[in-house]
Amino acid sequence: MFAKTDTESTGNDFVPYAPKKIKHAKEQLSAWLFCAPMLIILGVFLVIPIIMALWVSFSDWTGRGNPFSAGVHFIGVGNYESVLTTPGLAQSDFGTAIRNNAWYTLLVVPLQTLLSLLLAVMLNRRILKARSFFRTAFYFPSVTSSVAITVLWLFLFGSTGSINAVLSWFGVKGPNWFNDPRGLLQILLAHLGVSRGPSALTQHGLLGISWWDWLAGPSVAMFAIILMVIFTTSGTFMLMFIAALQSIGEGTEEAAIMDGANAWQRLWHVTVPQLKPTIFTVVTLGIIGTWQVFDQIYTGTKGGPSKTTLTPAYLSYSAAFDNQEWGQGAAISFILFVIIVVMTWIQRQIMKDRKMSRRKIAYYEALKSETRGLRHVSASQLSSSANASGRGEDHHE
Amino acid sequence: MERKNCFSHSSKSNLAWGKRNKGHASTRIVVFFKLKFCNVKNLMIDFKDCSVRRRIMKRKLAVVASTFSVLAMLLAGCGGSGFSSENSPTSGSLTSDKTKGLNILIASSGDPETKAVKKAVQDWATKNDRKVTVSVASDINQQLSQGFASGSPADVFYLAPDQLAGYASSGSLLAYGDQISNRDDYYPSLLQSLTYKGKLYAIPKDVSTLQLVINTDMWSAAGLTASDYPKTWAQLENVAKKLTTSSHVGLSFSPQYARVGTFMAQAGGGLVNAKGTKATANSEQSLKGLTEVKKLIASGSTAFSSDLGTGWGGEAFGTGKAAMTIEGNWILGSLAADYPSVKYKVIALPSGPAGKGTMQFTNGWGIAEDSPDQKGAVSLVKYLTSESVIMEFAKAFGIMPGNSKFAADWEKEYPQQAPFIDGLKYAIGVPAAKGASTVVSDFDSQLAQLKNTEPKAILDKTQTNLEAIYK
Repeated sequence: MFAKTDTESTGNDFVPYAPKKIKHAKEQLSAWLFCAPMLIILGVFLVIPIIMALWVSFSDWTGRGNPFSAGVHFIGVGNYESVLTTPGLAQSDFGTAIRNNAWYTLLVVPLQTLLSLLLAVMLNRRILKARSFFRTAFYFPSVTSSVAITVLWLFLFGSTGSINAVLSWFGVKGPNWFNDPRGLLQILLAHLGVSRGPSALTQHGLLGISWWDWLAGPSVAMFAIILMVIFTTSGTFMLMFIAALQSIGEGTEEAAIMDGANAWQRLWHVTVPQLKPTIFTVVTLGIIGTWQVFDQIYTGTKGGPSKTTLTPAYLSYSAAFDNQEWGQGAAISFILFVIIVVMTWIQRQIMKDRKMSRRKIAYYEALKSETRGLRHVSASQLSSSANASGRGEDHHE
Repeated sequence: MERKNCFSHSSKSNLAWGKRNKGHASTRIVVFFKLKFCNVKNLMIDFKDCSVRRRIMKRKLAVVASTFSVLAMLLAGCGGSGFSSENSPTSGSLTSDKTKGLNILIASSGDPETKAVKKAVQDWATKNDRKVTVSVASDINQQLSQGFASGSPADVFYLAPDQLAGYASSGSLLAYGDQISNRDDYYPSLLQSLTYKGKLYAIPKDVSTLQLVINTDMWSAAGLTASDYPKTWAQLENVAKKLTTSSHVGLSFSPQYARVGTFMAQAGGGLVNAKGTKATANSEQSLKGLTEVKKLIASGSTAFSSDLGTGWGGEAFGTGKAAMTIEGNWILGSLAADYPSVKYKVIALPSGPAGKGTMQFTNGWGIAEDSPDQKGAVSLVKYLTSESVIMEFAKAFGIMPGNSKFAADWEKEYPQQAPFIDGLKYAIGVPAAKGASTVVSDFDSQLAQLKNTEPKAILDKTQTNLEAIYK
């Protein structure tokens, strides 16, 4: 009897706890169940294909049947060698693609970041009427299909397209945009009378491309694509900047106004430093996105004119599907992956918050103590003025 | 004064320190509470769940491990179902599983072609009691490659010679040439471009050659008559100059080997030799041909179609930006559909130092090695290359037969296109070895800059690239 009541009482003590424990386990299980569809989908459509592609880049798979079947052999880094070190068409094509994409990234990332930041700052101003209209208008290109915009762009920049029609009003004969393979810098140099590079640049090179060609700059066609991409992506990044601006609040801005900072100073010394995390995100996304450019090339120029719009992503596709060089195609895509990771890491290092120098710390400390002192003074002033109320507002020491 | 100074000092420090100094006491209290609360909570969890946590971690690891093993199993399963892992090459005997039906993949030039092919295929299906599906590819290279990789490709498809070597070397194609009894009726140069390592992989579906198309209105406006049709390069230069006005050039064609090659052929050259076994890109003859093209362009009477802002020679010709163009027989259909008002005449290209020369293009009917009904596929191809169907296709979308036996009938039916079929006697093909298409497209990309480049430099680079393939 006693024992029974004892167990009952202890049982009663644990009842609230024990079922909770079981429930906890069930929660675990159901959590995994809920996650399972996503995990399986990610596995089947992302993890497995990546593993397969990695294997293909080290194999002699010819594009028929399963890459994991017995007839496919491991051939080491042969595919990487033919793209990176063996002189030939595969290497020079890859070099050309990297050259084109490097110029593309170099121009697109800073320009789109700047443009989207400026748009966001402008749209964030209270004084602006019809803000939501402009927001939609600027964001619109981002939601439109890139294929549609590319086709439109081809019309605009055609030799008899709208751009050249407008230029002709001013008596300028516009170039045949998408047919001009010369690099912009080389065009500039040609105007200055330099049509041949110094032999130091033309005789040596990297990846089968001479330094002179590396430095040629983007072609006119590539420049047209650069303009298009900036136009389409800046809307998305503008939205990110607007969100960041709204979370900053107006306190600092007001303080800066009170301090007499002009609009430009407020933007550069107050707003932009506080946007640093967002700028970091935008630049990172920009670098990743620009190294993966594909649809504009596939639907627009197919790498022409004279391969000046060839990009690694498109080269990887055409090597595999058009030329049946599956290993090379996969190798190019993994080299591209490494490039993206390295570039992002470098950018992280550059934009990382640095430790303040000792001099700066000392400077801020001095400022701080000075402010404290002033506070103290002003507080005592306040109390003294409160004591001697009626003495009026202007008081002197 | 003093006050002003004091104010500016304090706000300066505010600026430097951001929000930190503004928050004063109330914020500090909140932060303190938050910290305290969090710490207590964390402590409690730590105290209670130390062992539980460890168990959870273990379980998590187990779940992750099992997920990966499931993925691995799926991966293995892929090999069984999604990808064909066992591809025993059928030697001699053809598969003949009639249950699945035949899939036909074509790259159509437009509605008339699609309709004609669908009708012909359906006719064969009703006669032979099979199921057939005809699909029009938007990007046939990509769709064929996907089919071969997945192990369930289309059974019968259009096959371009420059893609053939790649597919044939991976064993994706059925070498059904020995099943075709009338293979010797085809022009040998066509069969050669569809042969890989001595085996014939496809039967020509049709053939095209390039000739000179002239705008007769512009021709007579320039005071030229039928006696002025150019027979030599010198005469071509002459008429091109006469035909050039301020609004149009005399001659235009696209900057690609498949047009420029005619000049190289007329000089007795080409990117590869006649047998397609050796690179001859920088031979003296080839150089002569390309130098002539540069001469024409430098004279201002000739321009590449892309420099006129058009996509191809036919567009430059149809829009009246050029009085002559070098194009294949497909231009007739395009002119009829898009530029019906343009009056034109097809004449033979002029002779070069080595006599007549032009280029030919063909497409074959390919059959997949993985097709479950290879017998049916061969029978279908035989039907699609029979004379009645070929003549039907010619009427519907203007093809030219690759079978020399049908040539006489075809020429009787289409006398105005006689120069095209005559061209087959002296035409050269495009290089068809594995990887050659990349070299040719590299050559094309250099051609666009012919104006500012030495022909020898272009040909030397192409020779190096070709020698890597034709060892």
